[in-house]
Amino acid sequence: MDQVVSADMDDTWTVAGRSFRSRLVVGTGRYKDLEETAAAIEASGAEMVTVAVRRVNLSDPKAPMLQDFVDPKKYTYLPNTAGCHTANEAVRTLRLAREAGGWNLVKLEVLGPPPHLYPDMPGTFEAAEALIKDGFEVMVYCADDPLAAHRLEQMGCVAIMPLGAPIGSGLGIQNPAMLSLIIEQAKVPVLVDAGVGTASDAAIGMELGCDAVLLNSAIAHAREPVLMARAMKAAVEAGRFAYRAGRMPRRMGADPSSPLGGLIR
Amino acid sequence: MNDAGMGMITVNGEARPLDGPMTVAGLLAAIGLDGRKVAVERNEAIVPRSEYAATRLEPGDSLEIVHFIGGG
Repeated sequence: MDQVVSADMDDTWTVAGRSFRSRLVVGTGRYKDLEETAAAIEASGAEMVTVAVRRVNLSDPKAPMLQDFVDPKKYTYLPNTAGCHTANEAVRTLRLAREAGGWNLVKLEVLGPPPHLYPDMPGTFEAAEALIKDGFEVMVYCADDPLAAHRLEQMGCVAIMPLGAPIGSGLGIQNPAMLSLIIEQAKVPVLVDAGVGTASDAAIGMELGCDAVLLNSAIAHAREPVLMARAMKAAVEAGRFAYRAGRMPRRMGADPSSPLGGLIR
Repeated sequence: MNDAGMGMITVNGEARPLDGPMTVAGLLAAIGLDGRKVAVERNEAIVPRSEYAATRLEPGDSLEIVHFIGGG
């Protein structure tokens, strides 16, 4: 038992020189209020959280702020570029994030239009190049395209984050074969980012061999977000255990579990 | 008030009179913001926190004052 526990403690993943024990990265958006955000993140066990960068509301300068509830000293903030459609907007946004937070690990996402918000890969390449040149360590949201994923890795992105289904759709992982191909070729961490709807989806991502799972709406839009956060924590751990354990081979026919010898006659 | 002190600046897209000499630190205080929790861009260039007190605003300046909010 002690050996198992100790092996679990050593089972970390590392991105840009930072190591994490939790393989669940959660967003901080779409919660009822900041109290619920804090409670759900605590329950998820996440050590890294994504955050957005937006204008301060000048007419309400004393409004509570995210970092009053989600302590940046306790959680690694991963600022995103949600809402940015050009490389210039992404770079300006993340330079502000770097100044506000003092770190250079960021999540790049350049999105196409609704209703799919599919990753805009030409825009993503352009922004990734500009950000890497400016000293950022870029975890990149991308299409489930092995060629695009490889190119982003060659450019110097520190983590590849293909979608499992459209953002906020909760459709689950629609592309296990493509994710497997991307995972197999990658030398940097691969996270499935977007599409997870419930705990089994997160477990599937981990069973495929993802280094971690990134999700937001699946927790924030659950009827009981804090309970779903616990479910996601357990699912990611279960999926990781299963991946490490190695699943049994699939077979078309039955193979009895009980011995055939010694039956009474 | 001299001419150099007259004019308008833009803060987060809103026009705002510049009624006299003012620094970034002074502007944040006037709005009521804690400088440790925001980041400031002036004319598309970052103003480092250490320079808030020394950075004088000029008429026509465009400022973005941002903070972290919940996001996925």
